[in-house]
Amino acid sequence: MSLFDFFEWLGNTPWSIGLHESRYAFLVVLTVHVLTLTVFVGTAVVVDLRLLGAMLTRVPASEVLSRLLPLSGAGLAVMLASGALLFYAAPLVRYQNVFFRFKMAALALAMANAWVFHRTAYRHVAVWDRDPVPPRGVRLAAAVSLALWASIITAGRMMAYQDYWFN
Amino acid sequence: MSLLELCRWIQYSPLLVEMRASPWLFPVIATVHLFGLAVIGGAVLLVDLRLLGLGIRGQPAAYLVRDAERWLIRGLMIAIPTGVLLFMCFATKYYYLTFFWVKLAALVVVLLFTFSIRHRVALAADQDGGRGRQRMVAMVSLALWTTVAMGGRYIGFP
Repeated sequence: MSLFDFFEWLGNTPWSIGLHESRYAFLVVLTVHVLTLTVFVGTAVVVDLRLLGAMLTRVPASEVLSRLLPLSGAGLAVMLASGALLFYAAPLVRYQNVFFRFKMAALALAMANAWVFHRTAYRHVAVWDRDPVPPRGVRLAAAVSLALWASIITAGRMMAYQDYWFN
Repeated sequence: MSLLELCRWIQYSPLLVEMRASPWLFPVIATVHLFGLAVIGGAVLLVDLRLLGLGIRGQPAAYLVRDAERWLIRGLMIAIPTGVLLFMCFATKYYYLTFFWVKLAALVVVLLFTFSIRHRVALAADQDGGRGRQRMVAMVSLALWTTVAMGGRYIGFP
C-alpha cells in the first residue's frame, strides 16, 4: 500500500469526512492552530533572540531557556495536535500540496537544529551563560532556527494558495 | 464622504487595484503580518507571565518590561503597516464585518491599556503587595490580545 493509497483511505474514514464537511469544527481547529503560533513561535522567538544577543541580554541564557521552553513545548504540542487534525480532515489534499511538503521538511530541520543545539553548544552553557552575546555557533543555531520558523509560517500560509497559483 | 465611500475609494484606487492584480502580494503581506503576530505574542507573554508570577523572574521587573516593550513596538511596527495594507485590499468587505470593528476597538483599547496601566503596574511589580492587581492586569491584557487575534482570524474566513 502506497502513501497515496493510505491517505486516500484515511480521507474516506467517517471522522475525516465529518471534520472536512463540518460547519464549525474545522474552523475552530484552524483558529486554534493559527493562534497558538503566538505562544509557540512567540516564545521560540524570544529564546532565539536571547541566543542571538538581541534581547534580555542581562538574563542568563539558561534561565530564558528553562523558563520559556516548557511553554514553547506546550504550544508545540497544541500545534502538532491541531495540525494533525487539519491534515486528517483532507489527507490527500495536504499530501499533494507542495507547500505542505516544504513545511514538513522545514519542521524536521527545525527539530533537528534544536536537538543538535541541545546536544552540543547547550551542554557547555555554563561557559557562555552570562555572555550578553553568546558565541558564534550558538548565534548561528538561533539564526537558523528563526529562519526555519519564518519559512514554516510562510509555507503554512501559502498552502491555501496552491490551487489558485498552480491549477 | 461617508466611511463606506472612503473604504470604496481606497479599495478601488489605482494603487490598490494594481496590488490586487498581483497573485502573490496579498499572501506575502499576510505572511509578514503573521511574523509580527509571533513577535507580539512573545513580547506580551514575557510581561504577562511575570505579572502572573510565572516565566522569567530572576531580574528586576523593570528590566524585563523595558526590553519586552521594545520588542512589542517592533512587532507592532511589522503588524500594523501590513494590517493596514491587508485592510486596504478589501476595505469594503471589512467595513461590513462586525468582527473587524471589534478587533480594531480591542486593539486600540489594549494598546492604551498596555502603555499606561500595564506599564505602570509591571514596572512596580517587584514591590510587595498588589499581587491581585498584577494578576488582574495580566488577565485583562491576555483577554484583549486574544480578542484581537481571534477577530483577525475570523475576518479572514470566506
